[in-house]
Amino acid sequence: MSVLTFVENWDGKFKKLTFELVSYASKVAEMMNTTAIALSIGNVQPEELEKLGKYGVKKIIHIANEELLALDNQAYTSVITELAVKEGATVLLLANNNTGKALAPRLSVRLKAGVGSGVSQLPLSIDPFMVYKKVYSGRAFAHLTIKSPVRILTLAQNSFELIETPNDAAIETITVQLENGLIKTVVKDVQKQTGKILLTDAEIVVSGGRGMKSPDNWGPLVELADLLGAATACSRPVSDEGWRPHEEHTGQTGKIIAPNLYFAIGISGATQHIAGVSASKFIVAVNTDKDAPVFEAAQYGIVGDAAKILPQLVEAVREIKSK
Amino acid sequence: MKIVVCISHVPDTTTKVKFVNDNKLDETGIQWIINPWDELSLTRALELKDDPANGIEKVTVAHVGPVGAEPTIRKALAIGADDAIRINATSSDAYYVAAQLAEVLKNNPFDIILCGIESSDFNGSTVGGMLAEFLGIPSVSSVSSLNLVNGEVILTREIDGGKETVAIPVPFVAIVQKGITKEPRIPSMRGIMMARTKPILVSEPVSLDALTEVVQYEMPKPRAACKFVNPENPAELITLLQNEAKVI
Repeated sequence: MSVLTFVENWDGKFKKLTFELVSYASKVAEMMNTTAIALSIGNVQPEELEKLGKYGVKKIIHIANEELLALDNQAYTSVITELAVKEGATVLLLANNNTGKALAPRLSVRLKAGVGSGVSQLPLSIDPFMVYKKVYSGRAFAHLTIKSPVRILTLAQNSFELIETPNDAAIETITVQLENGLIKTVVKDVQKQTGKILLTDAEIVVSGGRGMKSPDNWGPLVELADLLGAATACSRPVSDEGWRPHEEHTGQTGKIIAPNLYFAIGISGATQHIAGVSASKFIVAVNTDKDAPVFEAAQYGIVGDAAKILPQLVEAVREIKSK
Repeated sequence: MKIVVCISHVPDTTTKVKFVNDNKLDETGIQWIINPWDELSLTRALELKDDPANGIEKVTVAHVGPVGAEPTIRKALAIGADDAIRINATSSDAYYVAAQLAEVLKNNPFDIILCGIESSDFNGSTVGGMLAEFLGIPSVSSVSSLNLVNGEVILTREIDGGKETVAIPVPFVAIVQKGITKEPRIPSMRGIMMARTKPILVSEPVSLDALTEVVQYEMPKPRAACKFVNPENPAELITLLQNEAKVI
């Protein structure tokens, strides 16, 4: 028996999300009196792999096949299934990100394992295996039992703390046999976002809505974000109007994020917008309408015009940062 | 080429949800809609069909649900789908739904299968990938553009921190997210009239057990009331975030 977590890498590196996954896997393993194992596919150096041991995994399996550098859902499913069976995994953990969402459902069918998607806390119980998860886009939560002997969980980013339990984890580097013609995905081009903090990784997010009035008014918002080391985001009308790129759209149909701090500037706070940001630890709202629904979701608010308030927030942050 | 779009029927995204005995959705007063991501997928399928160079013969919608979901299916037909398949079952979990869709699609092959990345009710993000696995065909997830270029399918898939341009052979499942099209298509009056006579094939489900079950629902915990800062002194907000919330 084991808890197996698949850890993705970004150009050979792991990130906070990875350590959240291994921390979570180790805790679940502890609840089940078993061990946690991490599975990494791709080009990752031993120094980077060793970092996983710090968070309690007992073994790190590293699959080094060159042909697995780009994600092919069928090939990855085959490889992860083979290892899950070999290691007797009864819980398989992935991130609830693009890659996790691509693989978890295929693995579910292959292993006949029920899926609990986007969990943000440890299972409520092991027998029966029950998880707590968001439903109706955050308008409710469910206690979900997974009845199959193998269970798959996907963990929401920024929802689980890092827990250091140093371990001398053994690293096993292996190459696997892939069936000829299994890989069908041809990656023709990759466009990476460079030099900017990723919205989904950011601990602080500064987001603007229609109350910003024009795409020309984003200067102080970007400045505030830069000073705070934050990512920028926007509401749906703003991305629909083309004021900001659609990658910045946060909300139910856009990105779902859970930063420590979310600034909603000139955003009224429609249900669909709140659905994308309600897991933020703190929400700050600036809006001219004191009855705007965003103030129901916010812990701190200012009733006022973004154009007038933002430069003063920039000044205040500049001051504390200079101290 | 034939395209099928799998559609789910969900409560309107602004509806406040309530539960009966904490374990069943209270359907009173709920307005049902096509799941937003599925509506975007359908719109993209119809855009592809509009260009004769793409050679799309037919766009079908498929749904797993009881007869009560037919208004949602008719809406998809009014938007422009040519016909529909309804699998006459109450969906119990994603695995059940995907298995039922796979049974029907095995016998009615399509070249491109589109699924929205998520449904706004269970937020599972799993049906599309499960369906591809049941059918044993490739899938591409987080798809934000889909085009046919000289008969080849070219997709954009979002990755953490960027995008990839990907080619994939048919048949395959595209799991679609925002960006695939600008806005969902709205039914025209003519579309609504025509939808009345478009065929809905009803298929009976195969016997199968779900792997998961919701045993209880809970409402979100109420948040503490908002603390208002005097708009004449916004710097006070930064002080609170630094000293009280301790997040900056």
